Amino acid sequence: MLAAIGVESMDDLLVDIPQSLRIKSLQLPAGLSEFETMAQIGSLAARNRVFPDRLTFRGGGVYRRFIPAAVAAVTSKPEFYTAYTPYQPEASQGTLQAIYEFQTLISELTALDVANASMYDGATALAEAAMMAHIHTGRNEVLVAGYLHPEYMEVLRSFSDGRGIKVRKGTEPSSKTAAVVFQQPDFLGLLVDAASLTQAAHKAGALAVACVDPISLAILAPPGEYGADIAAGEGQQLGLTPSYGGPHVGFIACKKELVRRLPGRLVGSSTDSQGRRGFVLTLTAREQHIRRERATSNICTNHSLCALAASVYMTYMGAEGLRQVADVSFKRAHSLSERLVALPGWELAFPDRHFLNEFPMRVPKAPAVVRKLARKGILGGLDVHRWFRELKGVLTFTCTEVNDARAIDELVAVLSS
Amino acid sequence: MTELLSFEKSRPNAHGPRLPDAEVSTPEPGAILPPGMLRSTPPGLPRLSEPEIMRHYSRLASLNYSISEQFYPLGSCTMKYNPVANEAAAALHGFTDLHPYQDEETVQGALSLMWRLEQALCEVVGVDRVTLQPAAGAHGEWTALRMIHAFHRSRGEARTQVLVPDSAHGTNPASAALNGFEVVEVKSGPDGRISLADLDSKLSPKVAALMLTNPNTLGLFENEILDVAELVHATGAKLYYDGANLNAFMGICRPGDMGFDAVHMNLHKTFTTPHGGGGPGAGPVGVKADLAPFLPTPTVERTNGQLKLDHKRPQSIGRVRSFYGNFGMLVRAYTYIVAMGGDGLTQASMDAVLSANYLCKQVEGLLDIPHARPCMHEFVASARNLAPAGIKALDVAKGLLERDFYAPTIYFPLVVPEAIMVEPTETESKATLDAFAAAIRDIVKLAADDPAALHDAPRNLPVGRLDEVGTARRINAYLLGQSEDPILRWKGPD
Repeated sequence: MLAAIGVESMDDLLVDIPQSLRIKSLQLPAGLSEFETMAQIGSLAARNRVFPDRLTFRGGGVYRRFIPAAVAAVTSKPEFYTAYTPYQPEASQGTLQAIYEFQTLISELTALDVANASMYDGATALAEAAMMAHIHTGRNEVLVAGYLHPEYMEVLRSFSDGRGIKVRKGTEPSSKTAAVVFQQPDFLGLLVDAASLTQAAHKAGALAVACVDPISLAILAPPGEYGADIAAGEGQQLGLTPSYGGPHVGFIACKKELVRRLPGRLVGSSTDSQGRRGFVLTLTAREQHIRRERATSNICTNHSLCALAASVYMTYMGAEGLRQVADVSFKRAHSLSERLVALPGWELAFPDRHFLNEFPMRVPKAPAVVRKLARKGILGGLDVHRWFRELKGVLTFTCTEVNDARAIDELVAVLSS
Repeated sequence: MTELLSFEKSRPNAHGPRLPDAEVSTPEPGAILPPGMLRSTPPGLPRLSEPEIMRHYSRLASLNYSISEQFYPLGSCTMKYNPVANEAAAALHGFTDLHPYQDEETVQGALSLMWRLEQALCEVVGVDRVTLQPAAGAHGEWTALRMIHAFHRSRGEARTQVLVPDSAHGTNPASAALNGFEVVEVKSGPDGRISLADLDSKLSPKVAALMLTNPNTLGLFENEILDVAELVHATGAKLYYDGANLNAFMGICRPGDMGFDAVHMNLHKTFTTPHGGGGPGAGPVGVKADLAPFLPTPTVERTNGQLKLDHKRPQSIGRVRSFYGNFGMLVRAYTYIVAMGGDGLTQASMDAVLSANYLCKQVEGLLDIPHARPCMHEFVASARNLAPAGIKALDVAKGLLERDFYAPTIYFPLVVPEAIMVEPTETESKATLDAFAAAIRDIVKLAADDPAALHDAPRNLPVGRLDEVGTARRINAYLLGQSEDPILRWKGPD
């Protein structure tokens, strides 16, 4: 090949690199065979402790759920996972149609007009939603009501800082407020009065931004029903493994008035000259590769494959399956809460508040309780005092369809001993 | 061939999945929650049986081009082969089943992988620390600029401008603007390299950073990079490296040694994690020691052989996403680095440069090659020689699709008219490169003999050229209330 190029050595091709910058070699170990590589990676995996699904009662934004085998069977198809961003629509109809279906599924779930092609995660989706409100209203304050996931709060602050936006906690919007942001259910699992918060936002001329759990929407009124302008959230529960926090998938849906403010990619339907339906990336004038510094967002690569997983999951479940999963989780969590309240010194941290399948308990010697459960192979409640000073001794417990009745018995037995 | 939407295939009497029963005797949600909190109508999700779902997605898969079946000479995107061992590694239960809020002593293997990946990336790009948190390249750019912003602020300096070359990727100016910076464009010279004179005229105490990729978007090494770094640093600004083109020189030279202070990497380009049809990727950012206090929290730290997550970093810019990054992609990238080793990574870049120069030579004489020097890992050709026949870069791209190749990046960089940007990567054989050159030869011949045939390409794919303008127009009609069809989602008959 060198001869075909007309040079004698590789160095002839690297002439533009100043000699002073050339390095002899990388100070890294030499390459390994696949067998040795996998042995090394496998030993790292083996140094982690895996708690069984059924004995995991910890949530806090990432949940163990039943994942149908269909999900991995689809996402492991190389035609999906090794494809590029669908810039050439004629050669990317599989990806484009899957995203179009994802947009439709998320619109249906949230009861809003339009959803985008996916975001990195729930935290960045929520932050981008708040930025949409800032652009739309021209106002510079974001009001956060209730117990928003603390890491979402941190990301919201990072995004806001860059754009000169103030983030304030409270429930009373003012004429400076661009968005009232709330999480439903909140970080502790408690239900908030989403309809009232939405009304308050609108009364002040602000947008209502709901951060929602997609499974909860099988039971709870969706943002579109109570009039929220934007819904954002984390889709991990829709068929993605915990995977130590990622990759997962964020989503954003909005009312049609806000479509041009949406960050990232959008797929629309189209036709070719023979009248065949196809799908294309559209409204790209919002995006960085066209608009550069005036783009709605800098997002380029998003989380298509995770959105595909979520689509397969939602299609597999259907509305009935999703409802059953949500109902089973709800019932088991309520059953667990009744049994935990019976333990000496244990009480619901917010006894007047409703919840679905995650709830906060005030517990004597919380750190010791968590350690004791771990010794028995149970990933117990999440100690939320780490983030909220006023919640000393509060653990949140989560139940889903993977925590069978015997697993709940085991948890309670360990706590009673 | 096209495929109906899952919504159009939905059958109301299809069996739903069999799922566990609650096994506990507690009331239904409707008996406990206030009615106003409940959903009034179920979401309109499709109803299909499992066999129907599997066939649906298999058929959709068959409509895609992908690295598994086609050559993807997509400039600036580094579409190389994604080793299947990476996928096997990321699927290990010791990784997939870890909860992000497990106690640190139970995830020492995961933290160790992150620690070792950080060390390896530091070595490859020549920096002191790396954050693995950003989820994609653009997210990494934004993170790096936040750190640079915080660095200047910590010294009491309010620097408000970021310099971006006119040939830069669109994410650069967007990331700068989202950090509140004013974007100032720096001109390229005729060879696509940054103009030192123009750079000098734009540098001032107001400038926070210059964003640069090297090799530049024409595939040429910025041979005056040391002078650029000196000019930038003399004014107290930082030099930022857009890592989109890192595949050009792993083990040959390092951005850190060139004077770059912050460096982002695309694990989904250089380190073979798959693109997934548009993500998930991962965009780690490396920094020199003076920027390290500003890294996002948490970082992985090692004390007495134990690894821990350090959340207490007083000067940190805070979090840029939830948890610790796209961990599953980190596993894939680390697996690749272990398998390749230092020697293998160096060879990969050497082969990438060799392939690009070889293919450039094959295409020379068929298309215009505006810059005659040896290129690095990619080259930019121009279809302007086909203009007399009425053939544009877009037509060449569509002609390639018809010949079972994915299309190169076209109309970028903007400094070359009718640009066709080709990045073959090291994982393609000489036979594939020759076949691609033959396809170009065929297209150029057709441009002379029967240009109309090229305007109709591609004719053998599931759909032909789509009416993108019409799509945008119909969306506009929907947004203006003139139509009920949102175009951006399926809507069934009412």
